Amino acid sequence: MDGQMINAIYLGAAVLFILALGGLSSNENARRGNLYGMLGMALAIVATLLTPGVDRYGVIAVCMAAGAVIGFVLARKVQMTQMPQLVAILHSLVGLAAVSVGYATYFDNGNDFTVAEKTVHDIEVYVGVLIGALTFSGSVVAFGKLSALISSKPLLLPMRHGFNGLLLLLAVYFGVQFVGAESMDEAVFPLVAMTVIALIFGVHMVIAIGGADMPVVISMLNSYSGWAAAATGFMLANDLLIVTGALVGSSGAILSYIMCRAMNRNFLSVISGGFGSGGKSGGAGGAEVSGDVVATHVEEVAQMLRQAGKVMIVPGYGMAMAQAQREVAEVTRLLMARGVQVAFAIHPVAGRMPGHMNVLLAEAKVPYDIVFEMDEVNDDFPNVDVTLVIGANDTVNPAAMEDPGSPISGMPVLRVWESKTVVVLKRSMATGYAGVENPLFFKENTRMLFGDAKGNMGELVRALAE
Amino acid sequence: MKIVVPREVHQGEKRVALTPEVVAKLVDAGHEVWIETHAGLSATYSDEAYRAAGARIADSLDALYRDADLILKLRAPQLHPDAQVHEVDLMPSGATLIAFLWPAQNPQLLERLAEKGINALSMDAVPRISRAQKLDALSSMANIAGYRAVIEASNQFGRFFAGQITAAGKIPPAKVMIIGVGVAGLAAIGTARSLGAVVRAFDTRPEVKDQVLSMDAEFLELDYEEEVDSSDGYAKTMSKAFIEAEMKLFAEQAKEVDIIITTALIPGKPAPRLITAEMVASMKDGSVIVDLAAEQGGNCELTEPHKVVEKHGVRIIGYTDLPSRLPAQSSQLYATNLYNLLEELIDDPAGPIDFDFDDEVIRGVTVVRGGEITWPPPKVEVSAGSQQAYSGSTAPDIEDEPAADEEPSPLKQAARSLLPIGIGALALLGMGAVAPASFMSHFTVFVLSCFIGYMVIWNVTPSLHTPLMSVTNAISSIIVIGALLKVSSGDGLITALAALAILVATVNIVGGFAVTQRMLKMFGE
Repeated sequence: MDGQMINAIYLGAAVLFILALGGLSSNENARRGNLYGMLGMALAIVATLLTPGVDRYGVIAVCMAAGAVIGFVLARKVQMTQMPQLVAILHSLVGLAAVSVGYATYFDNGNDFTVAEKTVHDIEVYVGVLIGALTFSGSVVAFGKLSALISSKPLLLPMRHGFNGLLLLLAVYFGVQFVGAESMDEAVFPLVAMTVIALIFGVHMVIAIGGADMPVVISMLNSYSGWAAAATGFMLANDLLIVTGALVGSSGAILSYIMCRAMNRNFLSVISGGFGSGGKSGGAGGAEVSGDVVATHVEEVAQMLRQAGKVMIVPGYGMAMAQAQREVAEVTRLLMARGVQVAFAIHPVAGRMPGHMNVLLAEAKVPYDIVFEMDEVNDDFPNVDVTLVIGANDTVNPAAMEDPGSPISGMPVLRVWESKTVVVLKRSMATGYAGVENPLFFKENTRMLFGDAKGNMGELVRALAE
Repeated sequence: MKIVVPREVHQGEKRVALTPEVVAKLVDAGHEVWIETHAGLSATYSDEAYRAAGARIADSLDALYRDADLILKLRAPQLHPDAQVHEVDLMPSGATLIAFLWPAQNPQLLERLAEKGINALSMDAVPRISRAQKLDALSSMANIAGYRAVIEASNQFGRFFAGQITAAGKIPPAKVMIIGVGVAGLAAIGTARSLGAVVRAFDTRPEVKDQVLSMDAEFLELDYEEEVDSSDGYAKTMSKAFIEAEMKLFAEQAKEVDIIITTALIPGKPAPRLITAEMVASMKDGSVIVDLAAEQGGNCELTEPHKVVEKHGVRIIGYTDLPSRLPAQSSQLYATNLYNLLEELIDDPAGPIDFDFDDEVIRGVTVVRGGEITWPPPKVEVSAGSQQAYSGSTAPDIEDEPAADEEPSPLKQAARSLLPIGIGALALLGMGAVAPASFMSHFTVFVLSCFIGYMVIWNVTPSLHTPLMSVTNAISSIIVIGALLKVSSGDGLITALAALAILVATVNIVGGFAVTQRMLKMFGE
């Protein structure tokens, strides 16, 4: 197949990718969009396989078959509650692929370049490998944190900003060495050294970020994986990679921005890490909260729900951890069958990745027309009889609005306390990931239902089914 | 502290100030509680029940009042019919009395209490602020009165409230008009609605409209507009033109409705006259009027306090003891209100009562202290029910820099918005000067793609953000193309690197698309 033909197919693939992302603007078109994405990818791969010079079909077939099997099994087996982990590990693979391709491209430098082109090409390779390595190690650490292999508490090295600065200087230094290198042998050392530095930097960056900031981290890594693809596109002079990388990169960047806005934090302060350490923010910043906590039991909650006209359910990461989404859906179904109006209120940063709660609720077959975003329902709370807060904490903390000294001050929160009664399902009185006391628990109209969310919701199903 | 509860001696009064339940709580807190024998009998609380809760039963007035520190009553003190002395004279000097005293209507009583050196707290003087809601006994009683008003009306009304279609013909639902949507009015709306009647309600305060609508009743509105300030939470006297418009509305409604329940009261003034004799005459025979303002002179011209009269074929109920007609319920709520007040008032069960006049609730209810009349209290601005304590704008915003208040000059503003554009333009020019042509064309594609991504991604619904991440993840594995192009070059190392990249990128492509499809399938259902 000749070059123009291939480029035409690449263009088609790029358009299909844009349509795939555009499809996600509504539930109805999303699946068709995903099919467009698959079609685009298939076209691009087939066209590449037919490019003159590509002939090692044996190696390609083996690698692709093995990769396809692994990918398929992963996608089948993964629990919906583990989506953040899966996404994180997939990001790391993009990073790894970018590094490999970067190295391969560099070593395969058979083309003749002018001096300026050579410089540009070297910079492209260098940047591509850097972003790829950073994405790879950062995603692996994020995966470890999300699957609780590593503590989700931020690990703060002393002088960490200085350390980051030093890594950056070294990366620039080796970059200059790399571009200025006379021969390929001379250039290998700076390239490898920079790769190691980028790997360390990725680990250090993510390990310093607390569990509650994971939605930002995941979005950011998503963005990086796109920029890695775009950088690879520059080094290969391939527009399809550039377009796709730019799409993915800006998508991740927008998600990061949305997540930061939902936490009233700026991107740099999230990335520089440290948030979510109980010691630093809990004691010093927030006002002391005192008062009585009123505990309740399942039977009483069932009674309240039976008598309610309107019930709002606010899920958080606790629901995902307890895997309670099916019980929650069952309670919803029973209440709706009784004529109770039920709605869900989702905070943008509920869970560990953007849209996490929506996926869990969809899996449990909660009709999506009763699942609302924060801004859609926040003014409705005064009309709500009972609000069930399931494993959410910081996203329903009134201190964000009332206490200017609180570390989460100014963060938009769901105003659950305006409803007539709030029932908070919680394992214990521990603070949330932000390490901030929650005055909600001490409000007069709040009842605490302690214990495992899955167990309690199961009991509630039984009580309501009677 | 010795807390005593006398039997209510007012004619027909069936309530009692404390229930055994609340007695038990007070005894637990370390108080000594004395109940006059048979005090709770008419509210179905026996002496045995009180005794079981830890109270002492006083057989004589002397035993009851001797050394009493705190006297809890419902009705204001009056001449004791058996002992033939005034109740105030039975109380020991220095004691504290809590009851409904109606200080505005009973100035002589206040003087009498002050002379005797008795501190007095009036439960009808609780300020209407959110914090005091739990001790607002007037609301508790009004709630009961509103409920009972409907029950009394149905008792006098010869028909069903709910409409029905029966084999014997169609029964239209009763039409009920409720004037005054305070606590009593709302309770009446709720009760009449749950009996199945069609309910209309009127109030001079337009802000209660939402409450009326939320209870599934109709809100009657005037064409006339008037600024109604209800900063103390109660209604006020209206202008003449407003009253005319109002009377016209009532006259129209009187012809239509079957039952009128009036709850219009203005504190410290006689009840407004809202239903005239002509309106009563225009009502259908068999209609019923319940006048909850009977004691304050009545909202209806023909109301006679304390009894039911029939005028022009309409029964007019003027009972003034509606809460007392549900004695067990009203005693229970009143006792709880009292308990909540005592919690604010008493820190130490052995110590004296703490009249903390900095506390606006305590300042409000205290009408006599240490021989001095302290009524009326200074005016308190209250939070009206419709205002929410929290709203975005009231949240303190510490991020605002003080300088942000200054209006920047237009020139500065222009400079500020042009600056990034200028920097961007310079950067582009610089790049164009040194970069090779091939790079520039790819860079063009890159920048335009970023903008397309920006436009497309903002349209993605937030509920699909997780599928968005997995699908972007899959397509970013387009990197596989680079690997495919490199795998066939001669070098073993390059082939190995490319093969690794193909492997992991394919995992990603297949895994990413498959899991996205799986998720979207769930959303589609």
